[in-house]
Amino acid sequence: MTEETGRYPLRLEGDGVPMVRFQKVTKRYGPLVVLDELDLDVAPGEMVTIIGPSGSGKTTVLRMLMTLETIDGGVIYVDGEPLTHMVRNQGLVPANSAHTRRMRSKIGMCFQHFNLFPHMTALGNCMEGPVQVLKLSRKEAEERSMELLEMVGMADKRDEHPSRLSGGQQQRVAIARALAMRPRIMLFDEVTSALDPEVISEVTSVIRRLVSTHNLTMLMVTHQMGFAREISDRVCFFFNGSIEEQGPPAELFEAPGRERTRQFLNAVLEAN
Amino acid sequence: MAYLDFLQTHGDRLIDGTVVTVFQFFLATAVAVSVALLFGLMRLSQNLAIRSVAVGYIEIFRGTSLLVQLFWIFFVLPLFGINLDKFLAGFLAVGLNMGAYGAELVRGAILAVPRGQWEAAVALNMPRSRRMWRIVLPQAFLIMLPPWGNLVIEILKGTALVALISVTDLMFEVRQINIATFKAVEAFGTAILVYYAMARLFVTPCMRALERAMARKTGKA
Repeated sequence: MTEETGRYPLRLEGDGVPMVRFQKVTKRYGPLVVLDELDLDVAPGEMVTIIGPSGSGKTTVLRMLMTLETIDGGVIYVDGEPLTHMVRNQGLVPANSAHTRRMRSKIGMCFQHFNLFPHMTALGNCMEGPVQVLKLSRKEAEERSMELLEMVGMADKRDEHPSRLSGGQQQRVAIARALAMRPRIMLFDEVTSALDPEVISEVTSVIRRLVSTHNLTMLMVTHQMGFAREISDRVCFFFNGSIEEQGPPAELFEAPGRERTRQFLNAVLEAN
Repeated sequence: MAYLDFLQTHGDRLIDGTVVTVFQFFLATAVAVSVALLFGLMRLSQNLAIRSVAVGYIEIFRGTSLLVQLFWIFFVLPLFGINLDKFLAGFLAVGLNMGAYGAELVRGAILAVPRGQWEAAVALNMPRSRRMWRIVLPQAFLIMLPPWGNLVIEILKGTALVALISVTDLMFEVRQINIATFKAVEAFGTAILVYYAMARLFVTPCMRALERAMARKTGKA
């Protein structure tokens, strides 16, 4: 690993340092190669959407960035610093838990199945990170959380447990919970896939508002092609663990250059 | 009524015995819960040595008889210089034995908490220990309460064995009464009634109430 990482920079410097860089990132599950030497840069403040057939590695990209998966090759950089590795003796070695925790504080994530803590209220879910991790006082954490619950339109449900909330409401609380940690990068992993069609817009409108009002870097995996097209700066089409084609949404959706992209988009449009 | 006479004559001994049984039960339960939590968590450790200790403990205490363990603690440990009072040896043996079963309940419940809960806690950058105490254990607690209801009744019934190392519990007293009076039906009949009443009218309702309270607290009810 150390020898192999010799060709990776210890940190990214100069103009135009990306907020996120995947450099030759490989992920395997046994013999199955999920990501195959993936290269991907995301600029600060950019909204990048990942689309593609299931099993193409879309979600794995987000999960690796959130450090929920180990890395089998390559390096991920966040804000110029290696995330999956750290610098020791002029070289890169796998990150220890202290380094991982420091880097992870820049990243927040929302999940397909919300994953709210069922034993805490909506407000409790939002306060958990600020109190337990950021060590804010309960008062400060509550103010911050209420502001965010207000923003996602869930302030009146502050004392409800997740089991009493609809899917759309739970996902909005989950977005507030992630934002309460003040991340610089937000990851949205199929956040509307488990929702009933009529509540999808509750969640997409919150994300839309985030894009227009916050200078967050965002990566989103979605099957909502219309939404992806409307809010993304760039769309990446994944196929078999690497990026088959990428570009501005208008270009990629209107005039895909690759046959596989065309096939995928046709299939998705037909299904809708 | 002959049975009323029996109760009148031996009531004091029966009550004394029942009080000792209640103490044995509560102390054994406290031991079992602590041991179960400790070894259940150790069983899930990433460290092989810690995990092995837990596996060894659980195997030994689940794999051999409670009565043998009781005799070991009371009759064999003194040969190695460890002298335990019979009262202490009694609830300790029952607690250590039942705790081994409890450890498996703790382990199973922790593993039954959905993986997404761990992942959400990682996404909030919580350290490992905080993930366990704040997020996973409270949910695991709710999952393991119903099987614990069974185990707690087993603990109560298990305490009857401490009579065999002369702890003066209910079982010890009724045996003494039987030896003195030959009224086996009345003596052992009373024991059956008291154990059943404690389990059915005290332990089970308490566990149910705890389940309901926890469910309410976690928004499940």
